[in-house]
Amino acid sequence: MANLLEVRQATKRFGNFTALQDVSIKVPEGSIFGLLGPNGAGKTTLIRIINQITLPDEGSIYLDNELLKPEHIKDIGYLPEERGLYKSMKVGEQALYLAQLKGLSKKEAKKRLRYWFEKFDITHWWNKKIQELSKGMAQKVQFIVTVLHKPKLLIFDEPFSGFDPINANVIKDEILKLRDEGATVIFSTHRMESVEELCDHIALINKSKKILDGKLSDIKRAYKSNTFEVGLLTENNHGLYTSISEKFKVSPADFKTIDDQLKIKITLDQDESSNVLLSYLSEKAQIMRFNEVIPGVNEIFIKTITANE
Amino acid sequence: MSNLKLIIKREFIARVRNKTFVVMTFLSPLILVAMVGLITWLSTLNNDEVREIAFFDETGLFTTDFKSSDNISYINYSGLTLNDAKDSVVINNLYGLLYIPKKQSSRELAQSIQFYADEAPNISIVNAIEDVIAGKLTNQNFKKRGFDLNAIENSKAEVTIQIENFSGEKTSKMSSYVKMFFGGAAGYLLMMFIIIYGNMVMRSVIEEKANRIIEIIISSVKPLQLMMGKILGTSFAGILQFFIWLILGSILLFIATSILGVPTQPSSIESSLALQENSQLELQLILQDILKLPLATLVLSFFVYFIGGYFLYSSIYAAIGAAVDSETDSQQFMLPIILPLMLGIYVGFFSVIENPHGTVATVFSMIPLTSPIVMLMRIPFGVNWWEVLTSMLLLLGSIMAITWMAAKIYRVGILMYGKKPSYKELFKWLKY
Repeated sequence: MANLLEVRQATKRFGNFTALQDVSIKVPEGSIFGLLGPNGAGKTTLIRIINQITLPDEGSIYLDNELLKPEHIKDIGYLPEERGLYKSMKVGEQALYLAQLKGLSKKEAKKRLRYWFEKFDITHWWNKKIQELSKGMAQKVQFIVTVLHKPKLLIFDEPFSGFDPINANVIKDEILKLRDEGATVIFSTHRMESVEELCDHIALINKSKKILDGKLSDIKRAYKSNTFEVGLLTENNHGLYTSISEKFKVSPADFKTIDDQLKIKITLDQDESSNVLLSYLSEKAQIMRFNEVIPGVNEIFIKTITANE
Repeated sequence: MSNLKLIIKREFIARVRNKTFVVMTFLSPLILVAMVGLITWLSTLNNDEVREIAFFDETGLFTTDFKSSDNISYINYSGLTLNDAKDSVVINNLYGLLYIPKKQSSRELAQSIQFYADEAPNISIVNAIEDVIAGKLTNQNFKKRGFDLNAIENSKAEVTIQIENFSGEKTSKMSSYVKMFFGGAAGYLLMMFIIIYGNMVMRSVIEEKANRIIEIIISSVKPLQLMMGKILGTSFAGILQFFIWLILGSILLFIATSILGVPTQPSSIESSLALQENSQLELQLILQDILKLPLATLVLSFFVYFIGGYFLYSSIYAAIGAAVDSETDSQQFMLPIILPLMLGIYVGFFSVIENPHGTVATVFSMIPLTSPIVMLMRIPFGVNWWEVLTSMLLLLGSIMAITWMAAKIYRVGILMYGKKPSYKELFKWLKY
């Protein structure tokens, strides 16, 4: 798959402080790309560089295989984390203004805005001022403005903050729909469950350096440790535990069940097959649960960051 | 439409729609006219008051000399005793009692006249009384020495010096006042414009920062574009406001003067006739003076310095707005703006008027931060074209330099939240 966006060894310094060092990422076309990292890692700087708000000191950025240039602004839609709207301007007016700044004609902007306002059922907000709306309502308007000019690349920085679960879901569905329509999405967030749910690629940035990136499934494969979570039904939990732990690496597990099971995690050697374990266990007890432990993004995140410190 | 135009339009509309703007636009001329009206009314009130002054003349010399006028009426208390006279002045609530004692010589007399009053008497009244007495005593002295009073009166000469320049054109004595007025008005107007609308630019930058809309905007437009759009949009709003003020002000002033019937000419007929001739001549000369001002240069340079000065300062205002989070934080950076403006005005009103081509005035009309004001004040007095050109070029150069620096600070500052930057940090931002 072709890469829509490629950042090559971007470095940005602010005085003595290095905000970004030699960071390279590749964002495949049509993917949802999760940009992760702790606070102050340099995500926002990277996003601002992609948006041409700040220029990198070193490195280059390619959009659609072209060196990033001012005209590309129209191909990018950006929803910043720190976002707001003019308080005393009417909703419709400022949506029109922002859309026109992105190069849409007034007529076209009006047409598209009508479509989105109807979709979100907010047509009656047109003549309201932002100060009359709640934060979540204003966020909806910001979302519309971000996607209105149908950019190839959408960048969302914490898009769900300020939304209640229902509206967060609405926005999530819209993001997926936009992806299906061909847009590429860069997604920066601290909420790992939404990364798990949405992203197919991720990059992890810590202390101004990229420490991990790739396809999420590949990363997970690399991080799994051939560990299985097992729930067994026996008469003698303790006896079974001792005999299993003589043969395998065992650690306690915790999950919810309705009966009193022996809950353990068993880690096999890298080349050992799960079938061996399965057949061993099936002789000893009734197997109620048997599944591979796949590390969550959250776990990977914490593991990688702590390992790098 | 290009982005710059869009921004200018938005800024203009945002300014003009602002309630404060509307209120200020329509209320200010009203307030101004009300003030003028009030002052005129109060001063006519003052003038109408007739002060009653009693005199107690032991010499009997002045009985016929104190003639009541519009605002002073004299009452002769010489028939009473001094104490009675004092008492009745107090009882009748008169303005004061003039006591002229009997003395041997007129010199002694001149030193011993007294005026009793509750409060310190009005200087002009005291002067009027002194004039009457001095005139009388002088005439008496003349008589004593055997001079013919009529002959003296006839031999008095009156001199009016006609001022002409070397090419033989007549100017009025008001000439330098006219120049001062035009230069001063232009300089003062510029200062007011810079302070009012520079502040508006700053506030609008702070507003965008506080609203957190700034990042959305600058992902679409260049910060420099945004800054320029702001400065231009606000200045158009300002020009509109000034025009409305000008029109409203003149209409209101016209109405006010015709309603209140503020006298444009002195009220008493004889004096006005005499004055009219004089003042008409003077007025003609003043008009001539105005026409003789380097009007084309004045208007042209007014525009250049007005636009240049405004741009210079408002980009500094914009940078300050970008550097801070709230208006209260901006105070610490106001000094570099207010100081040169004040300096310009003071140099203008003191140095330029004293000596328009002196070193101080010349130097300050070259320094870019003060030159718009000081040069505008100097131009009516006639300035060499190359001086104006140098000053304009310097101004242009510094506009480019300062706008560049301001834009740097602006683009860094608008994305910085939470900390009050120091001058040192601002300097660092220039290098980001």
